[in-house]
Amino acid sequence: MSASVLFDIPGPKARLRYRLYAVLGIVVLVAGVGFVLYRFADSGQFDGAKWTWLEYKNVQTTMLDALWNTIRAFLAGAVLAMVFGAIFAAGQLSDHKVVRVPAMVVVELFRAVPLVVLIFIFHYGIGLGAPFYSVVLGLTLYNGSVLAEVFRAGVLSLPRGQSEAAYAVGMRKTQVMTLVLLPQAVRAMLPAIISQLVVLLKDSALGFLITYEELLYQARYLGGIFEFGRPLVPITIVVAAIYIAMCLLLTWFANYLEKRNRRNKKVIDIEAKPAEDVVAAAV
Amino acid sequence: MDVLLDNLDLYGPGFLNTIELFLIAAAGSLVLGTILAMLRVSPVPIFRAAGTLYVTVVRNTPLTLVFFFFAFAFPLLKIVDASDFGGSAARYYFTFAVISLTLYTSAFVCEVVRSGINTVPVGQAEASRALGLTFGQMLGSVVLPQATRAVVPPMVSTMIALLKNTTIAAGFSVFQAGSISLNLSERGENQLVGLLWVALFFVILVIPMTLLQRSLEKRWSIAR
Repeated sequence: MSASVLFDIPGPKARLRYRLYAVLGIVVLVAGVGFVLYRFADSGQFDGAKWTWLEYKNVQTTMLDALWNTIRAFLAGAVLAMVFGAIFAAGQLSDHKVVRVPAMVVVELFRAVPLVVLIFIFHYGIGLGAPFYSVVLGLTLYNGSVLAEVFRAGVLSLPRGQSEAAYAVGMRKTQVMTLVLLPQAVRAMLPAIISQLVVLLKDSALGFLITYEELLYQARYLGGIFEFGRPLVPITIVVAAIYIAMCLLLTWFANYLEKRNRRNKKVIDIEAKPAEDVVAAAV
Repeated sequence: MDVLLDNLDLYGPGFLNTIELFLIAAAGSLVLGTILAMLRVSPVPIFRAAGTLYVTVVRNTPLTLVFFFFAFAFPLLKIVDASDFGGSAARYYFTFAVISLTLYTSAFVCEVVRSGINTVPVGQAEASRALGLTFGQMLGSVVLPQATRAVVPPMVSTMIALLKNTTIAAGFSVFQAGSISLNLSERGENQLVGLLWVALFFVILVIPMTLLQRSLEKRWSIAR
């Protein structure tokens, strides 16, 4: 902890005090976790009967189907959001006001409207048919707008020499953008892009609200079945574990790419703003 | 316009509930998030581990799932009684919407505060110690003022996200802006128009916040 701004390297007295705090902390934590576990056990959540549902073949396939539905919405949303983001980032950077202003309005609009309201508009308002379409369209528009901002920031942060050199070689504006600027921007912004994909994955759970048959929907269904003893709590724990595992996998991938990027000399080092990349992961 | 004016009795309380939900959860998550951030930068390893575990778990769980837990699974644990809320289901769901939003958002607030503290170079603290400032003076007049500059713009983003996230409560029996359209459909009104009014309401609330955030970012990045 010597690198912290807030604290000096502890001396003997401080070390003793820290040890005391550590003991107190452990006592409080154990008491808290213990209370929760006690309540779980007391209300019978750890009874074998509430976990038997895991052994049924039908339940397993239902859960797998639900998982696939979640992943399907995520994949479709991710690909479409990237495309949407790239197009509108280019639009926002356009030299023509006719293109730039509408692109900005669209991006700001879809960032300001809550995703739930967007999905409700598509499902209940317009009636797109199967819930899948409303979910994917909502995810695409919202996350695509955020990604457009990310791409735009990436392109703007590139050194001006990159586009100047490309123009000097005789490239046209479209070529400069697609061949020189965007590839570099995407590479530099990969961590931010992937953390936005984590958001997209989590937001796919909103499909539950419009009866899209994804993980939460099946959890609600299976959790209400009387023969299994209404295992809502166990099932919530399992679903949470699945989501956390998927998101951590994506985050791990982002960190891996970032590490590889740092070793790669071809990548331009864009000034890091630590407080900001956190926000991309918000929502 | 008719849909809005004819149903002001839905829109008024709906928007008010949204704002109430937002304000309580914002206050709660700022407090809890700051406490978590203090845990995460504290010199005691067990505190840091606890803070990190909380943030990792919560940040990777969908907010819908947090709501899901409190709406459906939590009552089965019988930790609190429905009669504690005067037997009113609406109060019960509202309280747990606030708790869900607070627990979820505080993980993000914690990360913003922590990264804000991390943007202050160690040399600043070392220099203030060399000048003989006490710990409190160092925090109050050197470290925190600089950290605030880095923190406020992303904090505004987190709060905007919280404001928009309040609509998820619509799916869990909390009456607010997001659930207006569902009530409208019972009255046979056009849902699309009803929803567009809700969307407009959020645009009107969010855009000024975004502008404030941008101007702060611009002004303060020069001063730094």
